[in-house]
Amino acid sequence: MSTLTILLVLGLLLVVFGLLFRIQILTAIFSGSYVRQIGTSNRVNALLMLVFMVVGGAAFFWSFAENFGKMNPPIASVHGHAMERMFWTTMIVIGIAFVITQALLFIYSYKYQHQDGRRAYFFSHNNKIEVIWTIIPAIVMASLIFAGWKAWTRITGPAPKDAIVLEVMGKQFNWLVRYPGRDMKLGVVNYRLIDAANDFGFDLSDKAAADDFVASEIHVPKGHPVLIKIRSRDVLHAVYMPQFRVQMYAVPGMPTRFWFTPTTTTDEMRAKLGNPKFNYELACNQICGKGHFAMKLNIVVDEPDDYVAWFAAQSPISKNADLMASYKQMSQQTGLGKGGSQGAKASAIEETGESPAPLAAQASL
Amino acid sequence: MATNLPVSSQSQGGIGTAPVPHTEHDDHLHDHEHHDQHWLWKYVFSQDHKMIARQFLITGMMWAIIGGVLSSLFRLQLGWPEATLDWLQPLLGKWISGGKLDPEFYLALVTMHGTIMVFFVLTAGLSGTFSNFLIPLQVGARDMASGFMNMLSYWFFFLSSLIMFCSLFLETGPASAGWTIYPPLSALPQAISGSGTGMTMWLVSMVFFIVSQLLGGVNYVTTVINLRTRGMSMSKLPLTIWAFFLTAILGILSFPVLFSAALLLVFDRSFGTSFFLSDIYIAGQALHNQGGSPVLFQHLFWFLGHPEVYIVIMPAMGMVSEVLATNARKPIFGYRAMIGSLIGISLLSFVVWAHHMFVTGMNPFLGSVFMFLTLIIAVPSGVKVFNWLATLWRGNIRFTSAMLFAIGFVSLFISGGLTGIILGNATLDIQMHNTYFVVAHFHLVMGSSAFFGLFAGVYHWFPKMFGRMMDEKLGYIHFWLTFLGVYLVFMPMHYVGIAGFPRRYYAWTGFDAFSQFADLNKFISAAAILAFFAQFIFIFNFFYSIFRGRRATENPWNSTTLEWTTPIEPGHGNWPGEIPAVYRWPYDYSKPGAEADFIPQNVPYSQTPSSNLPYERELAD
Repeated sequence: MSTLTILLVLGLLLVVFGLLFRIQILTAIFSGSYVRQIGTSNRVNALLMLVFMVVGGAAFFWSFAENFGKMNPPIASVHGHAMERMFWTTMIVIGIAFVITQALLFIYSYKYQHQDGRRAYFFSHNNKIEVIWTIIPAIVMASLIFAGWKAWTRITGPAPKDAIVLEVMGKQFNWLVRYPGRDMKLGVVNYRLIDAANDFGFDLSDKAAADDFVASEIHVPKGHPVLIKIRSRDVLHAVYMPQFRVQMYAVPGMPTRFWFTPTTTTDEMRAKLGNPKFNYELACNQICGKGHFAMKLNIVVDEPDDYVAWFAAQSPISKNADLMASYKQMSQQTGLGKGGSQGAKASAIEETGESPAPLAAQASL
Repeated sequence: MATNLPVSSQSQGGIGTAPVPHTEHDDHLHDHEHHDQHWLWKYVFSQDHKMIARQFLITGMMWAIIGGVLSSLFRLQLGWPEATLDWLQPLLGKWISGGKLDPEFYLALVTMHGTIMVFFVLTAGLSGTFSNFLIPLQVGARDMASGFMNMLSYWFFFLSSLIMFCSLFLETGPASAGWTIYPPLSALPQAISGSGTGMTMWLVSMVFFIVSQLLGGVNYVTTVINLRTRGMSMSKLPLTIWAFFLTAILGILSFPVLFSAALLLVFDRSFGTSFFLSDIYIAGQALHNQGGSPVLFQHLFWFLGHPEVYIVIMPAMGMVSEVLATNARKPIFGYRAMIGSLIGISLLSFVVWAHHMFVTGMNPFLGSVFMFLTLIIAVPSGVKVFNWLATLWRGNIRFTSAMLFAIGFVSLFISGGLTGIILGNATLDIQMHNTYFVVAHFHLVMGSSAFFGLFAGVYHWFPKMFGRMMDEKLGYIHFWLTFLGVYLVFMPMHYVGIAGFPRRYYAWTGFDAFSQFADLNKFISAAAILAFFAQFIFIFNFFYSIFRGRRATENPWNSTTLEWTTPIEPGHGNWPGEIPAVYRWPYDYSKPGAEADFIPQNVPYSQTPSSNLPYERELAD
C-alpha cells in the first residue's frame, strides 16, 4: 500500500512538473523571451556564477577546516613526517593555483556577461604572456619533482643493514606474518607445500626455516628500521599501513618489500590520542575479492626491550607438531623439500638478498 | 580571382596535405539524396555519419543511466552500511540476502560502473557521437571516408554493448575484479565468482569494443587528413577537429595494446598459459602456473589505460574551446598554443602510464622516471586552462546551457587536475594510492569534466542534430543542480581520501583508522543520488525537444564554423549544393571593423575589406 502511495505521489509530482514546464513555455512565448537570445536569464546566470564562487568557496573552506582534524591519520614513522610536510606544501601550492584560477573563471564570467552594444575585445594571442604562463608552472613542477624524487629515492632505497626483517603474506582474506627466528634468516618457502597446517608453505629441508616463527600480529620495535618483505599466495593484495605512510602491493610470484622506522609506540600513541583502544592497523588496499574490506592485521610498536622479550618468547615452527606432520606428508606427496626444491631455494636466497641482522643487533636494541 | 587565391595560399601555409576537391563527386551524391530510403537503411543500418552519431549518443545515454543506477546502488551501501535493503530485492534478487547487499556484488557494481562509464559512455558515447557528427560537418566533407566502416564501428559497439549488458544478469554475476581487471583476481573463478562467465563476457565484449574503436578511429583520421574542403588547411581547423583527430590517433595506437592484454588474459584463463600467473595456491590447490607476472598485465593495461583518460577528456576540451569562443564572442586565445598543448598532451600521454603503478612492486627507478614525465604533463594542461580564462577575459558572454557547461568544465578540470600533481608525485602516492583521494581526483578531472563536455556538446549542437532547440530554462536548472551536485560529492570525498580510506571497500566499519567519516559518507551518497536524479531533467529535455522543441534556425548561435552553413536538417551529403570553401580561421568573433560580431569561415577576405588585418589584406587582393 505504501509503495502504491509513493508511486502515486511521484506520478502526480511529475504531472505537476510537466504542467509547470508547459506554462513556462507559454508565458515565454507571450512575453517574447522564447525567441530572444539574451535576456534576464543571462544576468541571472552571471550572478549565480558569482554567488556560486562566494558561497561555494566559503562552504568549501569551512568544511575543510571543520574536517581537518579528522582527515590526518596520526604519523608514526620517520619518513611519514617528511611525506606529511611535502603533502601539505604541495597542497598549499595547488591551493594557491586553485583559488586564483577559479576566482578568475567566475569573476570573468560575471564581469564580462553580455551587455547590449558592447563588443568583445578581439585578442587572439600574446606570445609573451603565453611564454610566461608556460614557464612558471614548469618551474614549480620541476621543484616539486625534485623534492619528490629525492624523498622517493630515500624511501625506496635499500634498507639499513641492521634492519629487523619480517615477512607478511597476503591471502584471501587475511594476513600471515612470520619472523626469521634466532638465526635471523627467513627460511625457504614453497607454495606447493602449502596446506591447512603449513599455510606459509615452509620448506623444512632448509635449515634456516626450522626456527622461523609465525605471529598473529606484527610486532616492531620503536626507533629501529624494519624491513617488511611482502608476498601473496593467491591474488594481488596491498599492504597499507596508513599511520606509517607505508604501502606496497603483495604480488604472487614476485616478492616485494618496504622499509620504515617506527617513531611512536602503540602505548605512546594511545596516550597521545587519548584513545586507550587505539591500534595501528594494516589494511588490504588492492581489490582481492569478497572479503577485501575486512583484511585487517594489527601492528604493535613496542619499546625495544619489550620487543626483544616478545621475540624471545615465540615458539619456532619446528615445535609445531601439526605443521611438521603436514610438511612430512606434503613433501612426500610432491617430492619437494629434502633438497628436492633446489630451484625454489635458489630463488628464495635471491629474495632474502642482503645479509640479515645478527641476533646481537637484536639483543643490543 | 578573389576566390582562387585563398586556395593557393593554403597550399603554402598549410600544415597537412592539400585537401581533395570534391566538386566532381558533388552532383553524384546530390542525386542520391532524393532516393527514398527504406527506414531500415535510414535509421538502423545507416551509413550517414549524422545518424551514426545519434545512434552513438542515444546508446551512450542509455549506458549512462545504467552506470548511474549502479553508482547509486553502491553509494547506498557506503552511505548507510547498516540499513536494510530489502526493498531492492525486486531489482537485485539474490544479491540482496538478509537485507544486505552481497559484498561480491558490491564489487561487481563498482567494476561495471567503471567499465560502463569509461568505455561505453565517455569513449563511445562522447567521442563516438561528436567525432562522427562534427568531423565531416566541420572539415567540409560529404561524409566519413568510409561510411560502411563507420556503420560497422557502431554495430560492433552495439554488439559489445549487448554482451556487456547481458553479463549483468549472469547467475555468477558480472565481472567483479575492478574496471582495471588485474589478474590473478580476474583470471581465477575460484578467487571471485565474477571471474567466471562474467569475466569471459567482459573480455569478449571489450574485444568487440576495441574493433569498434579502431574502425571509428581509422575513419576519423582518414577523413581529417583527406577530406577537408578547399582552403581548409590544418591551421584553419576548429579545435574540436584537432581534438578528435589526436584522440583518434591515441585510440589507434593504444587500444591494440589492451587487445593484446585481453587476449593473453583469455589464454591464461582458458588455455593454461602463465602470462600473468605464478606461484598461486587458491581454494586448497596449488596451481601449475609459474613464471608469469601480474605486473606485466598492469603495464599492458595502463599503456592503454592512461591514454584512455585523454581519449575521454580531449574531445571535451575541443568542444569546450569551441563553445567558449562562440559564446564569449571572442577568438579562442592562443589558437596555436591550444593545438600545441593538445599535441603535447597526446605525446606525453603515452609515457606516463606507470604512475598508476608506483607501489605495485615496480622498480623504484622506473617510478622516478614516470614521476618526472607525469608532472611535466601538467604544463600543457595548465596552458589550456590559462587560455580558456584569457578567452573569457573581456568577452561578451552569452550564457547558453552549453556555455554554462563549458565554464563548469573548466572549473572541474582545474579542481580535479590540480590534485593530479599530488598523485603524480611517487612519494605522496605511497599514501594516496587506491584511496578515495584518487577516486575524487579522477571523477572530477576526467569523469565529471568529460560529462560536462558531453553536455556542452549536446546543448550546443542539438539544433544541428535534430533541427530543434533544447529548452534553455531546463538546461539552466540541469546545469546548476549538476554543478552543485558534483562539487558536493567530490570535494568532501578528498577529505575521506586524505584520511586514507581505501577504495573498493564494501564497508569501513572493521577498521578504527577508517571510522570517523560515517556522516560525511552519508552526505556524499545523498548528494550523488540527487545529482543522478537531476540528470532526468536533461533526459526529458532531450527527448521532448527532439519532437516538440522550438524550431532551430540554420545558425542559432551565430557561429563561424562550417556545420552552421548547412540546412537546418542537413540530409545525407550535408550540403545540398557545392561544399563551401574555407578562407579564414574559425575564430573571427568580434573582429574590429566587421559589421556582425562573427565572420563565418567560408566568407572570403575580399568581402570583408573593413575588418581585414594587414596580412589578410594581401590574401584578399
